[in-house]
Amino acid sequence: MAMKTRTIIYSIKQGIKGSWRNRMMSIASITSIASVLMILGIVFMIVININSFSEITKGQFDTIQLDLEDDLSDGDMQNIGKSVKSIDGVKSVYFLSKEKALDNMKKKWGENGYLLEGLQKNPLPNSYVVELMDMRYADEVVKRVKGLQGLEEVRYYKDLVEKILKITDFIRLAGLIVIGVLILISMFVVANTIKLTVIARKKEIGIMKYVGATNWFIRCPFMIEGMILGVMGSAIAIGVISFGYKYVFDLITQKVYVMIAVYMVPAPVFIKSIAIIIAVLGIGIGVLGSIISMRKFLRV
Amino acid sequence: MIKFLNVTKQYQEDKMALSDMTVNIDRGEFVFLVGPSGSGKSTFIKLLLKEIDPTIGKIKIDGKDITRISQRKIPHLRRKMGVVFQDFRLLQDKTVYENVAFAMAVINTSPKEIRRQVPNVLALVGISDRANMFPHQLSGGEQQRVAIARAIVNNPSVLIADEPTGNLDPETAWETMKLLKQINRRGTTILMATHAKDIVDMMQQRVIAIENGKIVRDDQKGVYGYED
Ligand SMILES: Nc1ncnc2c1ncn2[C@@H]1O[C@H](COP(=O)(O)OP(=O)(O)OP(=O)(O)O)[C@@H](O)[C@H]1O
Ligand SMILES: [Mg+2]
Repeated sequence: MAMKTRTIIYSIKQGIKGSWRNRMMSIASITSIASVLMILGIVFMIVININSFSEITKGQFDTIQLDLEDDLSDGDMQNIGKSVKSIDGVKSVYFLSKEKALDNMKKKWGENGYLLEGLQKNPLPNSYVVELMDMRYADEVVKRVKGLQGLEEVRYYKDLVEKILKITDFIRLAGLIVIGVLILISMFVVANTIKLTVIARKKEIGIMKYVGATNWFIRCPFMIEGMILGVMGSAIAIGVISFGYKYVFDLITQKVYVMIAVYMVPAPVFIKSIAIIIAVLGIGIGVLGSIISMRKFLRV
Repeated sequence: MIKFLNVTKQYQEDKMALSDMTVNIDRGEFVFLVGPSGSGKSTFIKLLLKEIDPTIGKIKIDGKDITRISQRKIPHLRRKMGVVFQDFRLLQDKTVYENVAFAMAVINTSPKEIRRQVPNVLALVGISDRANMFPHQLSGGEQQRVAIARAIVNNPSVLIADEPTGNLDPETAWETMKLLKQINRRGTTILMATHAKDIVDMMQQRVIAIENGKIVRDDQKGVYGYED
């Protein structure tokens, strides 16, 4: 135990020394790691939010939502309900008051529901939720409904959701490729940085081998050096991405686009998962980079 | 304790650096390895350190065939051997004390043990008063003593020296030889590759002469046998 601790303390010291010795290259590595991780964060942010959006809207695939104009009388609203009910293919019509809609939204937002408390005026409309007997009636029903008076908007999401899912798939794939390439590049930069330390300590390493230091002991400082680069790159990426997401989320929730915010993954949830991914990847890049830099060198 | 059994080493297709060499070195022996340049002395030493592996044959150390041990076990093999080179190979940014302590630290010796052992070894090689100096402040002979101190500080059973006196003037070379003999008297096996005729002739130890990768002579109390 004491033996391990000593090795680790020694390695950390050497690791810090090494990354300090090649400051410029270390900064280049950290920047490279941070950049790839930030791009990863952004792609992740887009994908996860579109996923969340499609999850939420999936339930509305086979329903059509009719948002009513704000100044209708109760009678007008009931008339609209009756007209809709009489259209062929409509199975049921259900009235969703604006108060109930806001309530639902608060529930959905969970611990972030308080954000909605501050609203001076309920921005949500009264609406009818129309359930269809079968999907094939959808187009006809939508067309007929659009002819009615007093509707603010007819929302039917199936096509939109499908389109968005396709875009998400594309973003995910393109992002994965770009990130993969960037990870390789940053690994290469890390490997070259650490190679400088390896070269600077060549003589020391030679002596270590002759006196019988284990490979693990010789490698450890370089892995720690890689880890230091990875941790610093990750820290920067996590910082930027968390603040960025919080900023965007707050902007959207507190300003006009409350309607969009309901589809967004709340900041704390997002930050927690992205931070773990970024940290693991960043440290992984650092350690793998250092292993690459030593692979050839540490034989004998 | 060291056994070469029909060892052949070929770096390249058509040329043998060592050819079918069989030799036995016992514990506590003092052995000179002599021969013309390119005859295979350094190859012999590298095989012993498992820096390289033989093309054919077995090398046994303490009864264990080191050509068959795993990569992972090499460090433990090397802890049985101390090595000294012609060019000393000291770390220039470390003091004498630190150079020796380093060899202990990297095989995980406790700081307490290091503090106890390093002064002993520095005293043994006679450079206690230089402990806090840096290599560039020392003479060649003194640097070689530091290198020897570093090679024996972990108590290896064999001390291997590849032309340790090659960079030293005759008088300093003699001092170094006296030191090696002293270490040998404490029970450490010494294997020394050298071109130093006078030294070999005076020391009256076993001499193994190699030519073209073959042993041409192996005499107890031998002489150098070549006119340089
Ligand atoms: N890495 C290598 N690759 C190819 N050939 C090599 C290598 N190392 C040594 N040789 C060859 O093997 C032969 C033996 O070399 P070795 O270094 O063992 O000689 P030596 O007896 O130590 O010579 P010297 O007295 O000059 O140090 C030489 O012909 C040399 O050119
Ligand atoms: Mg040689």
